[in-house]
Formats: sequence, C-alpha cells, structure tokens
Amino acid sequence: MLFKPISQNFSDFVIDRENDRCINCEVCVRQCSYEAHYWDDARQCVSHDHTKCVGCHRCEAFCPTGCLTIKKNPADFRDNALWTPTYMKHVYKQGDTGGILLSGMGSPANKPIYWDNLQLDASQVTNPSIDPLREPMELTTYLGSKPDQVSFEETPEGPKLTTKIGPQLKLNYPLMFSAMSFGSINLNLHKAMAMAATELGIAYNTGEGGLHPDLYKYGNNTIVQVASGRFGVHKDYLNAGSAVEIKIGQGAKPGIGGHLPGEKIDEEVSKTRMCPVGSDAISPAPHHDIYSIEDLLQLIYAIKESTEYKVPVSVKIAAVHNAPAIASGIVRAGADIVVIDGFRGGTGAAPTMIRDNVGIPMELALASVDNRLRDEGIRNHASLVVAGGVRCSADAIKAIALGADAVYIGTAALVSVGCTLCGRCYTGKCPWGIATNEARLKKRQNPEVAAKRLANLVRAWGHEIQEMLGGMGLNSIESLRGNRDKLRGLGLNETELDILGVKHAGR
Amino acid sequence: MRRVYPNKDVCIGCHICEVACLTAHSASQDVVIAAKEEVASGLQPCKAVYDKGQISVALSCRHCDNPSCVSACISGALYKDQETGRTCYNEEQCVGCWSCLMACPYGAVRRNVTKGKIIKCDLCEGRDIPACVEACPNNALVYESR
Ligand code: SF4
Ligand code: SF4
Ligand code: SF4
Ligand code: SF4
Ligand code: SF4
Repeated sequence: MLFKPISQNFSDFVIDRENDRCINCEVCVRQCSYEAHYWDDARQCVSHDHTKCVGCHRCEAFCPTGCLTIKKNPADFRDNALWTPTYMKHVYKQGDTGGILLSGMGSPANKPIYWDNLQLDASQVTNPSIDPLREPMELTTYLGSKPDQVSFEETPEGPKLTTKIGPQLKLNYPLMFSAMSFGSINLNLHKAMAMAATELGIAYNTGEGGLHPDLYKYGNNTIVQVASGRFGVHKDYLNAGSAVEIKIGQGAKPGIGGHLPGEKIDEEVSKTRMCPVGSDAISPAPHHDIYSIEDLLQLIYAIKESTEYKVPVSVKIAAVHNAPAIASGIVRAGADIVVIDGFRGGTGAAPTMIRDNVGIPMELALASVDNRLRDEGIRNHASLVVAGGVRCSADAIKAIALGADAVYIGTAALVSVGCTLCGRCYTGKCPWGIATNEARLKKRQNPEVAAKRLANLVRAWGHEIQEMLGGMGLNSIESLRGNRDKLRGLGLNETELDILGVKHAGR
Repeated sequence: MRRVYPNKDVCIGCHICEVACLTAHSASQDVVIAAKEEVASGLQPCKAVYDKGQISVALSCRHCDNPSCVSACISGALYKDQETGRTCYNEEQCVGCWSCLMACPYGAVRRNVTKGKIIKCDLCEGRDIPACVEACPNNALVYESR
C-alpha cells in the first residue's frame, strides 16, 4: 500500500468483512486499538487496513452481527524449509528499524512440550478409585520449609507437637497466580487477582512493580516480589504479604532484566513503583548486590529480619542448564520456596531471540531439581513451585507428580479474562485491556468480572485435579507429590525418560 | 422498582447497547435487517452512549419518580404508570412539540426525525432482562432496584 515501506505490507493477518451483514455500527472501529478498522469517508462505510492488524480478534468477538473473521494471510512465500516466513519477516523488520526484535507472551516456537508425552495412571480392581463428590479429597498445600524430623510430647489431651515449624503459606489449591507486575498489566487486573486469590484461599504474586495502596488489604493472599530494580520495595511492602519472593530470573528472558517503557508509567504506577512519571523503569539483569550464593543468603536473611521470620521467603530462577546446582545453593542459602520458571513462561516484553532460544523446558528442570534436592537430602528444606507453560489441570497435576508442591499460572489466568495470545503486550495497546495502562483501554477489564472468571478457572481446575486424584485412588494431593510412578512416558527417548524419572508406557 | 443503571467506571464505549436496543425494538428482531432496512423507516435506539475523553456513559430514560417530561408533555403522550412505576409513552398521542426533550434533565428523550415524534426507553416491555443490559459486555449496565 501507499506511503509505507514495502516490507510492512506483508501482513500476518487479513480482515474478512462480510459486507452483506456489516451494519456500519463502528463497534470494530472503537474496539481496535491498532486502528486497523476506520470510518472511510470517501466510501461512507467502515473499512480496514490489513497491515495494521495484530490478530487479537477483539473486533471479531465484539462485532454484533458476527460478520468479521480474522484470518491468517494466505499469501504464501515460496516454500523453504530453512527460511520460513517468520525468519524472513524478522529480517525485513530489522532492515527497517535496525533494532532488537521484541515479543510479548511466552515463546510460540515449536519445541518439545513434555506434558503431551506424559500419561497419568488410574486404579483398576486392586486399589479402588475414590469419588471426590462423596469422599473428602484434600488439595490444601503448605509452602515453606519442613523440619527434618518432628518430636511430640504426651499431654493429657493427647500428643502435642514440640518441633517449631517455620512459616508456611497456606493454599486451598496447589495453584497461584504468577508474578505479573503492576505496570506491565494494569491495576484492574491486579485487583481482580487479589480478589480472586482471597476468595479462593490461594495467593497471587505482585511481580516486581510494588503493591498499590488499595491492595494492601488483600495481603494475606499476596506474595510480594523483590526484583533487581527494587521498585516499590520498602518495609511496609515486605510486611504486607504472606510471603516474599526474590526474583532472580524469568523463564521468558533468562539472563536479562526488564524494561517498562515510560509511556506505561502513569501517576499510579509511578507512586507504586517509586519512580518518576514517564521515565523508563529499568530492571537490571543482575541484582547488583548478588554475585554469589553467599550474597543471596544475605538478602534472604535481610528480608527475613525485616519480616521478623513471620513469612516464608521464596527465590525464583529461570530454568537454565545448571538449574539443579543453583537450586541446591538457593535452598542452602535459606530460601523456604524455590520457584523454577520454564522457557515457555509469559512476559510483557522480551527480546524475541532470547525468548525463543534461551532456557530449558520446565518439565526437565523440575524433575532434575527435585532429584538433586532429594539426593542431597534437602528437599524438605524448601517447597518447589513451577511456572511457565501450564495450560490445563492435567499439566498442573503432572507437574505435581514430577515433584512440584504448587504451580504458578500466568498465561492461563490472562487467557481466562480474554487474552488471545496476540503477543503484542509490549506495545501498551492491548485491545483486551490487559497489558495496558491507557485509561480507555484498561476499563475493558472490569475487576469484578475478571475476578469471577479467575476464580472460576481455579475452581474448575480444582475439581478436575480432584477427579484425577480420585481416579488414581489417592485422596490427597500430598500423596501425589513427587510420585512419578503415577506417570508414564509416551514416545520419549532413554535420556528424556531418565531425566524425568519415569518409565515408558507399557513398562 | 428496577431500573437500568449505567456505570461509567467500566463502560468501554463500545455502543453495543445501542445496537441491542435497536434490535429489540425492531419488527424483524434481526440485527442486520433492523439496522439496514428498518432504520430507513424510522427505527431508532432509545439508548445513546456519550463519549468524552476517557469517559463513556450510556444514557436512557431514568423513569424518574417525579418526571419532568410528564409535567411538560402537552398531549398526555407521556404518563406515569402508577402500578409499575415506569414513565410510559404512547406514540399515537405524541404531537412532536419537543417540550419533553427540553424538560428531561438527563437528555434521555430523543427526537425521531423520520416520524416527527419522540423516542424513549420503555425498559424493554416484555423482556425479563432489558436488551441493553443483556448485551453489555462489561457489566456497565445493571438492572436493579436501588
Ligand atoms: S462491528 Fe461488525 S457490523 Fe459493526 S461496523 Fe464493524 S464489521 Fe460492521
Ligand atoms: S488488531 Fe485486533 S481488533 Fe484490530 S483488526 Fe486485528 S484482530 Fe481486529
Ligand atoms: S495480554 Fe493483550 S497484548 Fe498481550 S497477548 Fe494477551 S491480548 Fe495480546
Ligand atoms: S431498557 Fe430496553 S428500551 Fe430501555 S434503553 Fe435498554 S434496551 Fe432500550
Ligand atoms: S454496551 Fe455497555 S460498555 Fe458498551 S457502551 Fe453500552 S454501557 Fe458501555
């Protein structure tokens, strides 16, 4: 089209409008924050520009006559197994801009998803299955360090525990909402997560952007995060939550920091983050006070001191090659919870090359970290939480069977409130009102509606997890933790089976 | 009595309520026919969404307890139904003097230019949930008694 670099005309999507049914109501024009639809004065009707469409499907969902379909652009480049259109378009873009390629959301790259190669077991004849609708089925989970042994004393009322147990985070479901900072997503969604977590008796994570004053009242169900930028971190903040998480790395972009563009820093974000309005908020790649496990230990204990040892301290790392050794160091440094974030974890913005090429699958990292901590006899010193790429309750229960105590859900939570994984979160123009702080756009998330949807999602997964547990003849999630005998591999090679610690199906 | 209340804090200005109102009051009950054909012969929504800056709000008749429009109406086309509490409108009787338009403090009465009469929300006579409330994608309209 006219007035555009030629390369920008290789659009990813085409907008198909059934003109017979279009009533020119302009709902699509108002919904598309990328201005792909517009009122065409010359023709006196609604029209569109394919090249601006990012494929978020907002217009399609809202068109009252259902006359819109967003399709993949069928224009084909000549087949080339090496040079797929994705790589060609990357090069065109960089030829135009000379800049780093940015992406939002987790990696869409076609790399192994081990969940799909793992099957769960079920009881037949010898060990009866349990019906969760008739019998109690325990999903309650406690995150925190567990003692090596417990001692009791006899009292007239019966035995009494004398061992002092460290602080625990109690969850009614083995699920939590992942760290997504206020700034990367807006206050409406933070509020929705806080409300849903409170109603469900689970926890949500503030992410690295601090905690808005309105949300302190949800503190019992809040994990407050401390990341390398230390945005919004102060004593009251640390003491506002029921756990503190030190973020070392993120699965979507291991080894690099974060960058919240100035446009997203409005008055509220600025107050909460304690940084000036309109200035870029840069989280450095490393914590500048952590260059060793000993340094990490100091931060962990500084936090424990300032929270008077009342809440567990968690450390989150990205799943990288040496995750088991690093996790061992983290546990020995005094962390009560270790979080492993896999390479499919979501993000508001990450360099595309890093997102798609750095890090390892969470399934493999989880299995090897769990093994390592067991081998060293320190598995009970910390709970293990995983994040990054859990799509359904079956993925979550498989993670628990592989050794996780609980699972963070981020992308799934956003999808439940409308996200269509268009992957353009870094533009700040999210048409679904999620990854945006623009006043008009963020209203698209009504906190009440979003909280209800988030709570529904967790409840639904809870029911499914209970069904699957019952099917295996188990009546508590505790009996499945690290119980890899309940898993079998499908189509996996010897090395993969060995790392995952599961037998092949049929064995 | 139950009324339709807009909530400007979560209204996203999509104007879908207008389309819903239009369809609900059409002869065909079909959104495409209503908007493409019936509008030409005078069909109009009773709801109007006003947008300014970041704020959008969907306005329609408030069905006031002491309606100014009823006092102003010179022909008896507007009246209060004592039983339901609704402010009702009899199109037959309207003479198109626009007195009610000027009297309504909410600007909720609109002109139907094709017919030379007014148009006003009837709270979707015959529907359990008003069309605009049912269609609103963000719960920005609620139907309740306050
Ligand atoms: S929302 Fe649908 S009916 Fe309305 S103008 Fe757009 S395409 Fe046409
Ligand atoms: S960017 Fe989204 S709203 Fe805009 S045309 Fe494409 S799919 Fe529709
Ligand atoms: S959060 Fe918004 S911008 Fe990001 S992928 Fe989802 S719909 Fe797209
Ligand atoms: S209640 Fe019915 S008549 Fe009144 S504005 Fe809503 S849709 Fe229109
Ligand atoms: S349908 Fe709801 S959100 Fe959309 S303009 Fe009407 S009141 Fe506002």
